Amino acid sequence: MSWLEFRNVCFENDGAKILRDLSVTIEEGDFISIVGQSGSGKSTFLKLCSHLISPTQGDILFKNQSLFAYNSTELRKSIAYCFQIPYLFGDTVMENLSFPFTIRNLKFDQERVQELFSLFQMPQNYLNKGVKNLSGGEKQRIALLRSLIFIPEVLLLDEVTSALDSENTAIVEKVISQYHEKGLTILWITHNLEQSRKYANRLLTLEAGKIKGWEVIR
Amino acid sequence: MNGSDSITITSLLLASSLVLVSLFFSYWQKLNLEKETVISVIRAVVQLVAVGFVLEYIFGLHNPIFTTLLLLFMILNAAYNAAKRGREVKNGFLISFVSIAAGTIVTLAVLTLSKTLKYEPYQMIPVGGMIISNSMVALGLCYKQLVSNFKARREEVETKLSLGADILPSSIEIIRDATKTGMLPTIDSAKTLGIVSLPGMMTGLIMAGAPPMEAIKYQIMVTFMLLSTTSISSFMACYLSYRGFFNERKQLML
Repeated sequence: MSWLEFRNVCFENDGAKILRDLSVTIEEGDFISIVGQSGSGKSTFLKLCSHLISPTQGDILFKNQSLFAYNSTELRKSIAYCFQIPYLFGDTVMENLSFPFTIRNLKFDQERVQELFSLFQMPQNYLNKGVKNLSGGEKQRIALLRSLIFIPEVLLLDEVTSALDSENTAIVEKVISQYHEKGLTILWITHNLEQSRKYANRLLTLEAGKIKGWEVIR
Repeated sequence: MNGSDSITITSLLLASSLVLVSLFFSYWQKLNLEKETVISVIRAVVQLVAVGFVLEYIFGLHNPIFTTLLLLFMILNAAYNAAKRGREVKNGFLISFVSIAAGTIVTLAVLTLSKTLKYEPYQMIPVGGMIISNSMVALGLCYKQLVSNFKARREEVETKLSLGADILPSSIEIIRDATKTGMLPTIDSAKTLGIVSLPGMMTGLIMAGAPPMEAIKYQIMVTFMLLSTTSISSFMACYLSYRGFFNERKQLML
C-alpha cells in the first residue's frame, strides 16, 4: 500500500529552489535511506513529510490522502521526526519523556519508559537526570526514545547517528532495525553509505533538490 | 511651598536652556541627535500645551462620558504605538487595544469600587494615563521578546510540534518568558521605590504641597495598580498574539 507519496513536489524558500518536482512513492514497511550532498534538500524532504513545512507546489499524500486533509497535530503523532541535533527541553529527562503523555492527556507510563530504557541500554535512574549533564549520544538516544514512546506509523530520522560514537551508533541502529522488523516505515537520512545499504530496502539519492537515484537494495 | 505658583513663563524659558546641554553633547560627540532632540522638544511642548487646554476644559465639564472618551483616545494611541513595536505580530493593533483596555478597565474598576479614586476627570485621566502608558511599554517589551524568542527557539517549538503537540504547549515557555519580560520592569521599579527614586506621582504631590505621608499613600496605590495593569496587559497580549506566529497548518511562520 502506498504509505507516503510525493507528487511533483517543489519547495522554495526566499526565492531559493530547495526541492524541484519531486515524485516518489514509499510503501508501508519500507526502510528508505536518503543520501545526498549538503544542501541537496534531504532535511527539507523530511520536514515536508512531518508537515512542519508545506510544498510550494505539488502535494504529499499519507495513506492516499493529502497531508492538508489531516489534522496537523494528529498527523505529527503518526509521523515522528527526529532532528539531526536533538533538542531536549526543560531541565530533566523526565520533562522530555512525560511530554508525549501530557499532550495526549495520559498518565505517565513508567513501565513503557522503562521498557524503552532497557532497549536503549540506559539505566533506569536516567529519568531524574538533568539534560545539561547528558552527552551528545545520550541526548540523541533520549530524543529517539521520546519519539518512540507512542509508536508512530512513520519514523523520520535526520542523521541521528552522525555525531555518535560507534557504541551509541550500534545501539541506535539495533533499536531502529528492531522497530522496522515490527513493520514501522522508516526514512533515514545518512551520510554513511555502508549503514544505508545494511538496513534499507531502498536508497533515495538527492542532488540539488532533484532525485538522482531511486535504487532498490533488497 | 506651593510648587505650581513658582513656575513662571520666564523661568520656564530659562529652564529651556537645559535642552542646549543635550544638543551640545549630541554635537560634541557626533551623535547626530540634534534634529531629533529639537523635534522632540517642540512636540513635547506643543502636545503638553494642547493637553493642558483639553484637560482644563474636560475637568470643568465633570462629565463621565468625556472622561471615558478621553481614556479611550489614550488607549487607541497607546495601542497604535505598542503595535509599532511588534510589526511582526499579526493584528498587533487590535490585540494591543484589547489588552491595554482590559488592564485599564480592571485596574480602574478596582480603584473606583474600593473608593480609592473617584470617577472624576482630575483623578481618572492622570491615573489612567499612567496605567495606559505603562501597559504600552510592557506590550512593546512583550512583542519584542516574543518575536526574538520565536526566532531563537525555533528548534524547541518545532521539536514539540513534531511530537504532536498543539501550538500552545509548543509555545508556552516562550509565552511565559515574554509575559515575564513585560512585567519585570514594573516589579523591579517597585523594589527600588523610595530608595533609588521618588516617583512621579509622589514627587508631583510633594511639589504641590502635599505632606509626604499623604503622597506615599498615592504612590503605594500607583505601585499596586501598575503591577496589576502590566500583568493583565502582558498576559493578554502574549496569549492573544502567539497564534499569529503559526499558520492554519500549525507551522511556525517566522
